[in-house]
Amino acid sequence: MAETHRIEVTVNGLPRMLEVPPHHTLLDVLRDDLRLTGAKECCLVGECGACTVIVDGRTVDSCLVLAVEADGCEITTVEGLAQDGSLDPLQRAFLDEGAAQCGFCIPGQLMAAHALLAGNPHPTVAEIQEGLAGNLCRCGSYLQITDAVLATAAEGTRR
Amino acid sequence: MHTFAYVRPTTVAEAVAILDAGGRDARVLAGGTDLVIRLRDGSATPTTVIDLKRIADLRPGVREEGGRLTISATTVMTDVAADPLVRRHFPALAEAAAVVGSVQIRNRATLGGNVCNASPAADTATPLLVFDATVVAEGPGGTRRIAIDDFFVRSGVTTLQRGELVTAIELPIPAVATGSAHVRRTRRRGHDLASVTLSVRVDALGVTRFAYGSVGPRPVLAVDDTGVLADPAVPAEARSAILERMFADASPSPRSMRASPAYRLAMLRVLGARALRSAIEQLAAGSD
Ligand SMILES: Cc1cc2nc3c(=O)[nH]c(=O)nc-3n(C[C@H](O)[C@H](O)[C@H](O)COP(=O)(O)OP(=O)(O)OC[C@H]3O[C@@H](n4cnc5c(N)ncnc54)[C@H](O)[C@@H]3O)c2cc1C
Repeated sequence: MAETHRIEVTVNGLPRMLEVPPHHTLLDVLRDDLRLTGAKECCLVGECGACTVIVDGRTVDSCLVLAVEADGCEITTVEGLAQDGSLDPLQRAFLDEGAAQCGFCIPGQLMAAHALLAGNPHPTVAEIQEGLAGNLCRCGSYLQITDAVLATAAEGTRR
Repeated sequence: MHTFAYVRPTTVAEAVAILDAGGRDARVLAGGTDLVIRLRDGSATPTTVIDLKRIADLRPGVREEGGRLTISATTVMTDVAADPLVRRHFPALAEAAAVVGSVQIRNRATLGGNVCNASPAADTATPLLVFDATVVAEGPGGTRRIAIDDFFVRSGVTTLQRGELVTAIELPIPAVATGSAHVRRTRRRGHDLASVTLSVRVDALGVTRFAYGSVGPRPVLAVDDTGVLADPAVPAEARSAILERMFADASPSPRSMRASPAYRLAMLRVLGARALRSAIEQLAAGSD
């Protein structure tokens, strides 16, 4: 058994102290240790984006990050989007636009879209496609997903 | 994934000592977008993994000093692509960094990891070749500066020696006006290495430097100093013989799953002509 490492991370605003073996990924730890199963395990080679989470403000494929590397970092998962029990505008827009079919890729899509809008509140369609190029949807809901991001951006202007 | 000892040195000297002591059993970890996949599939089985991301002297960043840009090895593609100095002096490098994988990959993938992984398809390899970059390595014997053209051997193999790690990439800021471009052919955006990568740089003295990858065991540099390629007034026939000579070192593998040799060789010529046009236009626009 490998030596474990003590890490301190902030997950969705809560400080957590964890003991992790070096070969466990951030995705393993989120899902198995913290029971945050929003981020999905899928391709495990950084191609599908289903495991996307935000680390220190930037999206990463959590299947390619060792948990121990995240020591000291601030992590947001899809579970951290809703505030005080009400959905984030982006989540609402995904529902309104029918962007979620089977739903498996949606947590990753949401995190990628969330980070995109944080840096670029009014993306063009091309910028949305580029920003979400690392997230595959096997149901092919790309049009609805793009519409949901556009709708969220437009709503952000109104508010 | 098999397990390993994870170490997080705080100085380059400490990292070098651990790397040297471990030899083939120790492996450097930067962004992990290549290494973590190999740890998982068992094609890399180090007993020690050395994380470079907490070393103070290796903090990511770009600085200008003494007529050159120094890019720390741990700088991620997102930041290379957005850096104003890189964009101003080395547009093809910014373009190459901006097309690596997806946003998620670019937020982790480092410039040092891209060159050390030494994939023949590495996107930043070709701009670094046309810009005459130098790889700065630190090892048990001290600092070594390696011309990028002497760095790549074949996929996964470089001229780094035991105990050496890359600390930075240096790029001489061109003394004359230049134009440059990076182009590639992929099967699917965001998820695949390219079947052909190509960078070109032309300068006001008439020198054209081409570099191309994914069409042989390592990326190739070819230079034309006749002035013919850089001159848009030269007729197509006069250029084609020189262009053929530029691409003579392409030898794509027939075993690749991504594209046939015939396709790659055809695309190399198409991309070459396209990139050359952009670079010449950029040069002309810049010297107005
Ligand atoms: C889905 C996906 C898409 C991708 N698309 C592209 C693409 O379009 N273009 C492209 O070029 N690449 C692509 N890649 C490959 C990869 O992202 C890049 O090669 C990346 O730059 C590697 O950097 P890293 O920091 O993640 O390296 P790591 O995985 O940390 O390391 C890679 C190798 O280099 C060694 N190493 C790293 N840093 C140093 C150093 N400073 N000194 C000595 N050795 C070192 C490591 O030991 C390891 O052997 C893709 C990868 C994935 C998973």
